[in-house]
Amino acid sequence: MNPIYVSRRRTDAIIRLLCLAAAGIGLLWLALILFSLLWNGLGGLNLAVFTEMTPPPGSTTGGLANAIAGSLILTTIGVAIGAPLGLLAGTWLAEYGRHDRLATVIRFINDILLSAPSIIIGLFIYGLIVVPMGGFSGLAGALALAVIVIPVVVRTTENMLTLVPNTLREASSALGMPRSLVIRRIAYRAARAGIITGVLLATARVAGETAPLLFTALSNQFWSLDITTTMANLPVTINNFVQSPYAYWKQLAWAGALIITFAVLALNIAARVIGGERTTR
Amino acid sequence: MTMAATLAPQREEAMDRAGALGAFRRSDAIFYWLTRIAALTVLGILGGIILSLVIGAWPAINEFGLGFLTTQRWAPQLEPTPVMGALGPIYGTLLTSFIAMLIAVPIGLGVAIFLTEFCPMSLRRPVALAIELLAGIPSIIYGMWGFFVLGPFLADTFQPFMIATFGQIPLIGAIFAGPPSQLSLFNASLVLAIMILPFITAISRDVFATVPPVLKEAAYGVGCTTWEVVRSVVIPYTSVGVVGGVMLALGRALGETMAVTFIIGNSFKITGSIFAPGTTISAAIASEFAESAGLHQSGLILLGLLLFVLTFAVLAAARLMLMRLELKQGK
Repeated sequence: MNPIYVSRRRTDAIIRLLCLAAAGIGLLWLALILFSLLWNGLGGLNLAVFTEMTPPPGSTTGGLANAIAGSLILTTIGVAIGAPLGLLAGTWLAEYGRHDRLATVIRFINDILLSAPSIIIGLFIYGLIVVPMGGFSGLAGALALAVIVIPVVVRTTENMLTLVPNTLREASSALGMPRSLVIRRIAYRAARAGIITGVLLATARVAGETAPLLFTALSNQFWSLDITTTMANLPVTINNFVQSPYAYWKQLAWAGALIITFAVLALNIAARVIGGERTTR
Repeated sequence: MTMAATLAPQREEAMDRAGALGAFRRSDAIFYWLTRIAALTVLGILGGIILSLVIGAWPAINEFGLGFLTTQRWAPQLEPTPVMGALGPIYGTLLTSFIAMLIAVPIGLGVAIFLTEFCPMSLRRPVALAIELLAGIPSIIYGMWGFFVLGPFLADTFQPFMIATFGQIPLIGAIFAGPPSQLSLFNASLVLAIMILPFITAISRDVFATVPPVLKEAAYGVGCTTWEVVRSVVIPYTSVGVVGGVMLALGRALGETMAVTFIIGNSFKITGSIFAPGTTISAAIASEFAESAGLHQSGLILLGLLLFVLTFAVLAAARLMLMRLELKQGK
């Protein structure tokens, strides 16, 4: 055979092998993480984790009940504030501002906020809420999460509304529907699956966020539903327990990590099932 | 329908119509302004972040000035005047991100090429889905794994090997100098690399998918091998997008906190060895901020401001590049 063909084929085979190796390495690392998470987390997972409070130093009993409740509250408030704001902002970008110079600027800034370091959001809320209020609070933590939710929901809402065919809007306008009704009754309904996907993805994103809670919600050793004071939450509890010298705390940290990972994966899978393949990052 | 309704006077009907139209107009205007105000909130958040960082950092800017950028010493408790410099955290941030990109970019692109060109059709969706799901795992999980599993492993096996092999060579030996450690810049870089790998893969897979099939088919038609198609058609067509995606990942790596905080060792000293402990801007803020006060806190906020400026520049450049690819597609 022509030597040029041989060398071209050889190059192709080598690259093919390298790409296969890359895929193998990528999946191997990630499988290793999941494996050690299951290995260490399942051992520590029992009923007490869900029913008992976080233990004091040195104790060998106790669970994560207050941290789990706190995380649920913070995430719920954060999404409840951030998602409607993001939805409305995304609506303006897709429905009113399509050809507006301002919309281009907002879209650009939103994309940057989407990947801005979350610890910076924590510093922002610290200056905005914690300092004026005179102390760390669950409310500050929830607001920090809301600031992270907004750009995610803006992005998905805008993308999904843009996918709604214009003929639908024209048909309903021709029937005499005012613009706001066309958006609320027709466009939202057509884009519903995608919008719900966006909200679920945003929830998944903030459910494990740690950095912005470190100096906003802080943590709390006791059961507390009061959002004006420090509030226990899973990520910060894990953060504190990982660096502790107590074996039982480390075991609880693994259990907490497993719970968070499962919750986040479940949300992500639910989002994909509802939204089909049209999801965005 | 009753007789009374059908016989209602025409004037009243006209009034109803005018009233209904007025109500429509009002609700239209209310809805428009609600959405517009929400959209402006996005700008408000950016403005608020910049403003609150500058206000918080102001005492430190006044005290240290430009010297902050060139000072290595970090002694916030020093009496009578504390000394704080950002050189250590900046060095750590840039070095860990650089090493992480060095590892993750070739592997991530390799996986993306594998997924779009070489992978059997039936495997494509499961593998892509697995990688996308793993991109969603919270960073604290990566950090924890790095601390408990990867750190001890590297300190026991990989680092002693590297130190024994390269440690004695002049010039590059210094990079691998020092005793093996569970807390080091290299360990943090590796965790970062693992964390951004699914991100790079997912985004470059999306970018590669924008190549029109006709172009690839034409190249195959004249007898190109798969690699030649990738090198001469796919990569040139998507180069702007790939660079944009890589920079987006760089933006994430620069600002990542929880994946590195546990494992980097929190040392502000620059030694030149990648196996020595170090710190990054975000790790320094995460570990010291809650217990800080006064000038110390202001210094940490100034670090945050530096990080924000750095990531903003990188992310803005990345987005501009990705926008250019979208324009090319005529979206």
